[in-house]
Amino acid sequence: MKILVGVKRVVDYNVRIQVKADGSGVATDGVKMSMNPFDEIAVEEALRIKEAGKADEVIAVTIGPKVCQEQLRTALAMGADRAIHVETDDEIQPLTGARILKALADKEEPKIVLLGKQAIDDDNNQTAQMLGGLSHWPQATFASEVVIEGDTALVTREIDSGLETLSVDLPAVISVDLRLNEPRYVKLPNIMKAKRKPIETLTLADLNVEVAPSVTVLKTSAPAKREAGIKVESVEELVIILKEKGLIE
Amino acid sequence: MSKVLVIAEHDGNLLNGSTARAVACASQLGLAAVDVVVLASDGSAVAEQAAKLTGVSTVVLVQNPVNENAVAALLAPQIEALASDYSHVFAPSTTFGKDLMPRVAAHLGVPQISDIMRVESATVFDRPVYAGNAVITVEAPEGLVLGTVRTASYPAVTQDGAATIETREVSVTLPSHTRYEGLKTSGGGDRPDLQAAAKVVSGGRGVGSEENFSVIYGLADKLGAGVGASRAAVDAGFIPNDHQVGQTGKIIAPELYMAFGISGAIQHLAGIKDAGTIVAVNKDADAPIFEVADYGLVGDLFEVIEELEKAL
Ligand SMILES: Cc1cc2nc3c(=O)[nH]c(=O)nc-3n(C[C@H](O)[C@H](O)[C@H](O)COP(=O)(O)OP(=O)(O)OC[C@H]3O[C@@H](n4cnc5c(N)ncnc54)[C@H](O)[C@@H]3O)c2cc1C
Repeated sequence: MKILVGVKRVVDYNVRIQVKADGSGVATDGVKMSMNPFDEIAVEEALRIKEAGKADEVIAVTIGPKVCQEQLRTALAMGADRAIHVETDDEIQPLTGARILKALADKEEPKIVLLGKQAIDDDNNQTAQMLGGLSHWPQATFASEVVIEGDTALVTREIDSGLETLSVDLPAVISVDLRLNEPRYVKLPNIMKAKRKPIETLTLADLNVEVAPSVTVLKTSAPAKREAGIKVESVEELVIILKEKGLIE
Repeated sequence: MSKVLVIAEHDGNLLNGSTARAVACASQLGLAAVDVVVLASDGSAVAEQAAKLTGVSTVVLVQNPVNENAVAALLAPQIEALASDYSHVFAPSTTFGKDLMPRVAAHLGVPQISDIMRVESATVFDRPVYAGNAVITVEAPEGLVLGTVRTASYPAVTQDGAATIETREVSVTLPSHTRYEGLKTSGGGDRPDLQAAAKVVSGGRGVGSEENFSVIYGLADKLGAGVGASRAAVDAGFIPNDHQVGQTGKIIAPELYMAFGISGAIQHLAGIKDAGTIVAVNKDADAPIFEVADYGLVGDLFEVIEELEKAL
């Protein structure tokens, strides 16, 4: 059984985002880039399923320009067996991304596609669900526990009202949440080894994928800022203020 | 004709408060009608609640035993069947809506706009990216517009409406590949729901343990507040996941948010940007939470809570 796992290159989660003055986007020049944290969790989960003897091969996939191969190398260093780079310099929106993943799933025939529940740049939270829809596969989103039993997966999902469990037939798409696992640290010898692992490069044309209808980004702006408040010296002072504002009785 | 369909979120008995917020957003589109669809197993009670939402013309009630629980793979084909009568389909950007809407969009071959926070026109919207550290203005392409509504950006509509309830049969083949197995709720008791609460008392890693969290619950009960938490507190097992506030947890807009032992990471702040008043208590005077707090108090959270309890 194969597992396909999605990897996206994003601005590192520790970076303080700066919106460009001309409204054309956020500053990315010289900014630290990393694998989307949710995708690291997806890679880790794929590896754990393989290590438990329930999968034979873990294939990491990314979509984007040449530099995205850095993140594929990270996935390979973590332990993925091989990687596929769908190379494009265009901005790829979720529906097109899902079409690409669908084409790859048709080609590779994985039993599970593991994706992060959202990318921390566009925060869309769509690709896994769209892939589920396009392939008419089951989807189990926001997973905090995944148990593979033969041809089904029992997935615990973090939802607003608590923890929900779904049982889905494989093949299925699973999107992962933060508490599913803690990704391993990459060890230096594995980084060296990863350099020898294969990365296959494909284009949208190779996969016969057409860009889907997309939204147009008209501008990017800085969010409304909260005005800095004041420090109070005592609980007494705080209580007086909150009472005056009618926030407490 | 241009009309918007809002997907109701509910638990079979009660309409979730996020629906009234999504209706508020949908009403700003300036279309001929705002309809709500209730997909349920036995949904008449929920439909009646939805019919009271101000601005709603028709409540479409689709009853089917498979709708007992909200499973995206089963709901999506039904919504697709209904969508042809509409120019827009919206759902709240809760885990319910986020799970469902992209699947609908994929089947219909259209993009989906996540977390709508402002309606500029029927096709142009603002939405947050980078954990709310930037806002993009996007234009939907021609055709059906699908979106989820960032509920914290919209106060719920009032309940002065009297919409007609229309029962509809939707005959589509539904897959059998996905089975609902159960839900474990954290049993918040009588405490207000985090997403609807006017006041929220929240604890972070600084609270230290599950036992210590009782002081957070205690203060919340005294104030009639909901209880929130940082990711670190949830990860450490101090409190269940459905209390997490932030980029990947719940986005909330209470009148009063009180953060105890929370440092104020950007991912946490993403969840409280719309709070009315933020109070932060932290023993570290340099904690970033103080950069957004309206009232900051440097001190030990346990001592502060003890004093607060006495003063209230
Ligand atoms: C992809 C991604 C998504 C994330 N999503 C979220 C999210 O949705 N929500 C979220 O909250 N986080 C999220 N995080 C995590 C976030 O980056 C922080 O790690 C987290 O918010 C820290 O939680 P904290 O403030 O409780 O802990 P810490 O940062 O450890 O802060 C604890 C604070 O408690 C104070 N303290 C300790 N003892 C006391 C005391 N006795 N009295 C008073 N103060 C005390 C300390 O001074 C410190 O400031 C996400 C991270 C990533 C990478």
